[in-house]
Amino acid sequence: MTVESAGQNNADSEAAARAALDAHTVETVQWHFHESTGSPFWLEKKRDLKFDPLTEVKSFEDLKKFPLFEDDWLRGGPVRRWVPKGLDGRPTYVFETGGTTGVPKSRVVIDDFRTDYELFSDTLPDEYFPKGGNWLMLGPSGPRRLRLAVEHLCQHRGGISFCIDLDPRWVVKLIKKGWMEHLEEYKKHCIDQAITILTAGHDIKCMFTTPKLLESLAYGLAEQGTSIQEIGITGIFSGGTEFTPQWTRFCVEELLGGPAEESGVYMTPTYGNTLMGLACSKPITAEDDYKIAYYAPQPRAVVEVVDFDDHHQVVPYQATGRVKLYTLTKEFFVPGFLERDEGEREAPFAKYPWDGVSGVRPYHAIASQTTVGVY
Amino acid sequence: MLTLNALRWGKPYKSLETQEVVHFDTGEPIASIGQVNGGMLQLDMKHTARARAVLRAIAPSELLTRCKKAAELFETATLPMGDGTQSVDEFIHQQSASTGLPEHMCRGNMKKNSFVLANMEQILDSLTRGLDLNILTRGYGDEGRGVTVSYQVQTPVLGAVLPNNSPGVHTLWLPAVALQIGLMLKPGSQEPWTPYRMVAAFIEAGIPAEAFALYPGGHDVGQALLSRSPRSMVFGSAQTVEQYAGNPRVQAHGPGFSKIIFGDDCVDRWEDYLDVMVESVFSNSGRSCINCSGIWASRHTEKIAAALAERLGPTAVLPPQDDQAGLAAFTNAKMATGTWAMVQQDLAESGVTDLTAQFGDRLVEKERCAYLKPVVATADSPDRAIASKEYMFPFVSVVKCDQKQLLKKIGPTLVGTLITEDGELIDQFTESTSVDRLNIGPIPTNRLNWLQPHEGNLTEFLFRSRAYQTAPASPQ
Repeated sequence: MTVESAGQNNADSEAAARAALDAHTVETVQWHFHESTGSPFWLEKKRDLKFDPLTEVKSFEDLKKFPLFEDDWLRGGPVRRWVPKGLDGRPTYVFETGGTTGVPKSRVVIDDFRTDYELFSDTLPDEYFPKGGNWLMLGPSGPRRLRLAVEHLCQHRGGISFCIDLDPRWVVKLIKKGWMEHLEEYKKHCIDQAITILTAGHDIKCMFTTPKLLESLAYGLAEQGTSIQEIGITGIFSGGTEFTPQWTRFCVEELLGGPAEESGVYMTPTYGNTLMGLACSKPITAEDDYKIAYYAPQPRAVVEVVDFDDHHQVVPYQATGRVKLYTLTKEFFVPGFLERDEGEREAPFAKYPWDGVSGVRPYHAIASQTTVGVY
Repeated sequence: MLTLNALRWGKPYKSLETQEVVHFDTGEPIASIGQVNGGMLQLDMKHTARARAVLRAIAPSELLTRCKKAAELFETATLPMGDGTQSVDEFIHQQSASTGLPEHMCRGNMKKNSFVLANMEQILDSLTRGLDLNILTRGYGDEGRGVTVSYQVQTPVLGAVLPNNSPGVHTLWLPAVALQIGLMLKPGSQEPWTPYRMVAAFIEAGIPAEAFALYPGGHDVGQALLSRSPRSMVFGSAQTVEQYAGNPRVQAHGPGFSKIIFGDDCVDRWEDYLDVMVESVFSNSGRSCINCSGIWASRHTEKIAAALAERLGPTAVLPPQDDQAGLAAFTNAKMATGTWAMVQQDLAESGVTDLTAQFGDRLVEKERCAYLKPVVATADSPDRAIASKEYMFPFVSVVKCDQKQLLKKIGPTLVGTLITEDGELIDQFTESTSVDRLNIGPIPTNRLNWLQPHEGNLTEFLFRSRAYQTAPASPQ
């Protein structure tokens, strides 16, 4: 294939992805704003809009006619107002985001978390995440979706998931109170449990954990004279807090024993939340200085990098902006939500022919007020 | 522009994260410093035994010779530095540019560090009370009295979370190498120069690179170092010192609250000691913990303060290259405005008088930095808040205090210069635990005798005296 034809193929893929996104957007908006299928929340909100979503949303770009989604709408009940009429009667979950004070934000879910993680499963290399392999879920559970989602991912791949609980709200409280000794003890308590499970002959091959817990687990295992590699873990899916290229390099080179092809341990960073779902990262490599670029599971979710002042304006490729998320599923509709993160806009590539975001970190204007790294 | 990388037991590590050091006045980039995380340090702790082993393999006398060579190289040579080299003049310029200290003060601090290293034999002879250093190497030995003495090493390495802006304090960790203890250092973000240059000099002088680790980075690096190293030192605020009080693993160095104290028998001759007071307050732009921040006397306090204000008040802000420059810049202007706000609050208290107000504004704000000119105030009682304050610029409160109340009121004092010939008063101060380093007579507080311990004896921190018995050899 010539360079020219490869370029043409990429352009074709991007155009096809865009067309799919436009069609999916129209279908999703029809669902959420139709009297027979829409949720009470959006049907009520429709009255305040200066346009008719049913007739005036013909493409993804038309979502910009909506005002920004305000996360405060998710605080407090009744939570059932978010359930689309078309899904009435289905068993429904409610998942909460990590807040520590006041009323947490909550999101209703029926199947989305399963769908998200099944799609994510397709991105995992079987060589390192063997089908039928058992998993360890070492991260926040409670009202968060992670426990159920990771467990489903594991079951979807034919394994059984062991779980260690971690309460991030208590962790944030410990940090705010300055009780660092308690924080260390709590972390140790979680890691001790993880090591007990990992050394109990359960043949665990894969795990989910946060970057900080992964680091702590590695030190905990090192103190016992072993390592993540030696204990038999081959696939790690990590997320929940910020990844930096330097940390990722440290993790791969020193905690995991080298790149996957040398160490046999593969780690994939992810980015996501209860609202959007799970964005996968482009495979990380030393040649690319461990750059981490995330790509949302389009068309179910979209990530844009927008101008700090004009949230309708996407910044040029490699420029810095605020991360804006869209959720376009039958269960939940978010027509543009400003994340508490910033990053650089990344170009599409063959595997994900749509925009991505790299260098994700807390939005500089609010970073100082945020307790980062709660897990 | 230089790029300085972390050094992991002698091996440079090129981080993907860097922090830029810029000139405090012009904003010109000076260096890019690779940043690492605390976890890396934690992993590297497993090599600490090797760091000591490579030093222990060299005889103490040979180590002292190499230290002397390192001192010479530090002070005179062009040394490898990051991805380039560094001459003495470049070192001085870079250190001045990032810390705000005038260049001649940087030269002074460089000489001080070099002096300590060059005279390590005498310093250790003094700190160990003449112990044969081979006894520390072997762990036990005979001092010559027919009695076995033993010293148990407490750590294979000394960790140190180094300060940002006080190049003189690096003298405190230098003896570790001669004591065959490795170094694990977190350089200050604005003053990486001395530790990097000193380590380069050590290595050039033939001391194994595996004995040295340098980890520039954020707070997590400092925390990891202090929590993981069996023995470490930290430089910081009064809160930092409080945080580590009673922690036998950490030697915390904070404000000095150093003072000059007049006995009633000498205070009437205070004018004879004006130069001693000026030097104590003003040297190194008042930035050191050994700078005098309080002058205590039972009478003449207003006159003393007025005379000091006359000498210090008019000090001008001069460029860092000027040999007459007496004031260091606050490279972070907000530090200066914040400090000035605190000083103003102290000055507003009833019973406190600012004698330097008449010499113009104390706060001088420039585009990228700020200066604070000297402040001399009187306090009519030791109970005024200003009497127990210390700031990072030439600042002194002249405190009126009855001689009988002195020891009850002076509080913790790193260096106390007691000007008296009153034997009873001298005896009371000698017995007191308030003053760490005690000078009897008119010795400026900033003039250290390197043959004396400074805030605790490093050898006592790194080694512990213990019992050691060997069974008589079995008859053949």
